[in-house]
Amino acid sequence: MTLESEVGVFVTGVLHYFGTAVHQPAQCGTPHLALSERPEISDYTGVVQISGRRVGMVAFTAPKSMLSVMLMRMQETDMSHENLCDLVGEIANTLSGNARRDFGQQFHISVPSILSGREHKIEYPQASRPIVIPIEWRNYHARLIVCLQ
Amino acid sequence: MDAVVPQHRLLVVDDSNVIRRRIERANEIPQIEVIGAARDGVEALEMHSQLRPTLVTMDLTMPQMGGTECVSKLMQRDPQLRILVISALADKLTAIEALENGASGFLCKPFTDRQLNEALRKLIGVE
Repeated sequence: MTLESEVGVFVTGVLHYFGTAVHQPAQCGTPHLALSERPEISDYTGVVQISGRRVGMVAFTAPKSMLSVMLMRMQETDMSHENLCDLVGEIANTLSGNARRDFGQQFHISVPSILSGREHKIEYPQASRPIVIPIEWRNYHARLIVCLQ
Repeated sequence: MDAVVPQHRLLVVDDSNVIRRRIERANEIPQIEVIGAARDGVEALEMHSQLRPTLVTMDLTMPQMGGTECVSKLMQRDPQLRILVISALADKLTAIEALENGASGFLCKPFTDRQLNEALRKLIGVE
């Protein structure tokens, strides 16, 4: 797959996720290489490690307000910190898992790890530059960060 | 109209609390009663012994013990059990593997309430 088609897999996954899980479409901005080696993250971040034929990580990062509204759209009444962590991890897991439709079964995904707060640093594979896919949903801004070797 | 008595007892297995609660809420099939929820394969095996469910929804990517191993163990214990695998792993081989291990159906995440109920209806043979 070309880099462009690989990024397309994740963009398609994002659009499908929001249309299905919260019944309200999202829009993806132009994917771009991260300006710095470590792109900024938001209030909550779910990180899935990739191994197998490809090595790297996929991270979904979003503000607390956006995740809270997403929970409401899912008829969830518990907006606790634990549930916000749970949701951001589940989104990262779903977007990574769905990518296996195109990357194949050798695209192994880990159980998600969760970062709460903007001060954390994600560990990226060495000598690699993450790709950032901006996501706009309602008036909220999230990002999918993909870094695959 | 007489109320339908649930004949099927469902155990929900997923490491996500949001998904577990969503499945419990979304079930609108009167024949199915949700009797419990487990966070991983180990807990699922324990709860199976205690609660004796007739149906299970099973995630695949979970800590401790993943869904693939858990499906095999549950089917060894209880070949009559009907298992619906609900996973984000969207490749065909994973779905085939789950069915070969004994699962009766496969639903890909993300899913709508309607898709979930359709899959549960198929699982119990009600259209």
